[in-house]
Amino acid sequence: MNATPTPVTILGGYLGAGKTTLVNHLLRNANGKRLAILVNEFGALPIDADLIEAQEDDIISLSGGCVCCSYGNDLIMAMVDMSKMNPRPDHIILEASGVALPGAIAGSLSLLNDYRIDGIVVLADAETVRERASDKYMADTVQRQLADADLIVLNKTDLVSVEDLSALKDWLHDLVPDCRLVESQQARVPPAIILDGLETELDGHAADKPHQIDRFETVQLDLPDRIDPKTLIEQILVRDPPPLRAKGFCRTLSGELATIQITGKRWEIGKAVREVVPGVVVISAKEPGALE
Amino acid sequence: MITIYSARKIITMNPSNPEATHVAVRDGKILGAGSLEELVGWGEHELNETFADKIIMPGLVEGHSHAMEGTLWKYTYVGYFDRMDPHGKVWEGAKNIDAVLSRLKQSDAALDDPDAPLPGWSLDPIYFDNQRVNRHDLDKVSTTRPVGLLHASGHIMNVNSKALELAGLLKSGINNPGVPLGDDGLPTGELKGPDVMTPVGLHVGFDRDMLACDEAGLIDFAKLCVRCGVTTATDLAARLPEEAVAMMSEVTARQNFPARIVPLRFHHGVTPQELIDHVLKLKKQSSDRLRLGMIKVVVDGSIQGFSARLRWPGYYNGAPNGLWYISPEQLRDIINMSLENDIHIHTHTNGDEATELVLDCVEEGLRKHPSRDHRFTLQHCQMADSAQFRRMAKLGLCVNLFANHHFYWGDEHYNLTIGPERALRMNACATALENGVPMAIHSDAPITPLGPLFTAWCAVNRLTASGRTQGEEEKIDVDEALYAITLGAAYTLKLDGEVGSIETGKRADFAILEDDPEEIGGDKLKDVRVWGTVQDGRIFCAADL
Repeated sequence: MNATPTPVTILGGYLGAGKTTLVNHLLRNANGKRLAILVNEFGALPIDADLIEAQEDDIISLSGGCVCCSYGNDLIMAMVDMSKMNPRPDHIILEASGVALPGAIAGSLSLLNDYRIDGIVVLADAETVRERASDKYMADTVQRQLADADLIVLNKTDLVSVEDLSALKDWLHDLVPDCRLVESQQARVPPAIILDGLETELDGHAADKPHQIDRFETVQLDLPDRIDPKTLIEQILVRDPPPLRAKGFCRTLSGELATIQITGKRWEIGKAVREVVPGVVVISAKEPGALE
Repeated sequence: MITIYSARKIITMNPSNPEATHVAVRDGKILGAGSLEELVGWGEHELNETFADKIIMPGLVEGHSHAMEGTLWKYTYVGYFDRMDPHGKVWEGAKNIDAVLSRLKQSDAALDDPDAPLPGWSLDPIYFDNQRVNRHDLDKVSTTRPVGLLHASGHIMNVNSKALELAGLLKSGINNPGVPLGDDGLPTGELKGPDVMTPVGLHVGFDRDMLACDEAGLIDFAKLCVRCGVTTATDLAARLPEEAVAMMSEVTARQNFPARIVPLRFHHGVTPQELIDHVLKLKKQSSDRLRLGMIKVVVDGSIQGFSARLRWPGYYNGAPNGLWYISPEQLRDIINMSLENDIHIHTHTNGDEATELVLDCVEEGLRKHPSRDHRFTLQHCQMADSAQFRRMAKLGLCVNLFANHHFYWGDEHYNLTIGPERALRMNACATALENGVPMAIHSDAPITPLGPLFTAWCAVNRLTASGRTQGEEEKIDVDEALYAITLGAAYTLKLDGEVGSIETGKRADFAILEDDPEEIGGDKLKDVRVWGTVQDGRIFCAADL
């Protein structure tokens, strides 16, 4: 309980939106981070076979010191168990079930002192999300999932026409007025947007996928000597293009070193545990025009 | 060896031979029921007159209970109503907060270790004019040990300051709808919803898997069965890992184990294919007193927890619609694969939208995999309307309605959750029967106490705890209620060829009663005294357990 809380990213979204694909993408690009993946059930193997080193009942050991656990019918208990893991993982990715409300999960996890919610990332299948969101049974569930998101990953954009994509984005902005969107194909989102860690550099794995990185810009902000972190966050949130992710340190008005974290709509101010040079990195999607 | 039992009256539930004075038993099975004259022809016998002044009924069948009822009794009972424990002791209901605290103080005094947790169960503050039990109240019991009370509904827990402290929650700044805060900005100690309860529950002594039943719990559960005349009972949702199955197989096979247990494999946490594979394997491990190989699918939450899925217009108090615990895709897969593999499913649906989804999925599944006698059963199904009952009948579905719920939470539903009109038709037994839907009624023990005769009384009288009759039109008569707790429930488990009535060839499973449920009157059905049971021809006297 005295250790630094482990960051948790909750991955939500309806069945088939690409949660598992995103998990595999993150595992392949973990860049030395030890990730723990929590899934509802192992199912049709959620993890690409080449990443697996060993499998026991409820836990799969993965290359690079990562693990994947199934939480079955008791997520909270699995999280309690995971807090006893030694060493603790660097970052936990919790893949919610397709019908779960990620906001409710975040609410429950916020009661566990060993963790902090890094962000709620909800995937939406560009091809089917509108249909899902008007389904006789699932409409409100899908809509609530999207509304819960700090960051929506609009996935499979390659499967819809440019016009449809544009209409879809308008629809999403109507449905969730303050939503933060990131578009993706095959759930290839730069891990720096999702994974915690101030040392993570956006270009750390840019070499093999330059076309992905081109769509995003990383800006290092010049900070005044001292600034109220809340004010700083407000300044970042209104930037254009809107930030998808920001992380860094600033020196507060009283001279303490604070951490700031932004994931889409979510932000958090913390106390720095070590002395570093203040600075904040902001990642945003480039203007749509720059995407091509 | 043949034993012929005499009785004051035998209610057989066999329509061609409804009443008898004697029943002949050999090898745990019934040779026949009738007069002594009619039975002596079976050959050399021993006449047993133990029950000469008693009523014999078919052993009662509880189609929706959880064996954890046995386990819970190791915690302190603080319920509002009198309740009998496995040893036959009737615990007086705690009628106000002071009574709850004084009960807890007794338990506290009995514990040597000042740090040991003190868990209690079945709290129901709605009967205390909704005056909540807060952490300060429970601090009066102990400030050194964590104290936690699970509500009767199973959806809320109240804990003391020590428990909050151990869970790291005795702090300000908590922002969670499941954790109400007091004027001091600290949690009041009330925890709403399983996800909020779990991390604190661990510290107050509630085990990790609340639905799991250990050996002692299973034995205690079976004792409760004897005390209320039950010879066959379901354990309706369990993960059934190998070690649990091994334990249950061993315990139920013991010569003195008095009940037939029917555990259903809970769907959650595995894929449909894994579920089917597991259940097919379990099926082969079935024994006479442990019937495995069925599936329980939980589709939505509970009405009083506002997590049931309702159709328009939703909750009476405007609460947002509830939660799906399974996606339609997965439900469809499980239904299709079960139909293919001849596996029997029971579904938990509380809200009418969840029920509708099951009806849709079963209808679709049956088009692909026609099955004449699947007997898939809708459990709880509390809000179904008559159109849904008509669909159930057409689709060959059975229903097991939660008659007890009406008594314990009927007022709450009328006033708060779903409003008067739908509260009147809740657990619509009469409509189910009128539409020809095979029907059982249940307790969902430990949510409400095990006791099919009480459940029958609930369905016959439809009284709520405040004494109002709620839903006059949905009352059923005593005969229908007695059928529901015997053959009706047996039918939903595909055991009606073996148990549920007293007739040639069936199991010698009897409920032995001091009073005649057909004579005592519908309003007194719950007062019928139970002497014990006969199960597979073995006699179990409640007083001797």
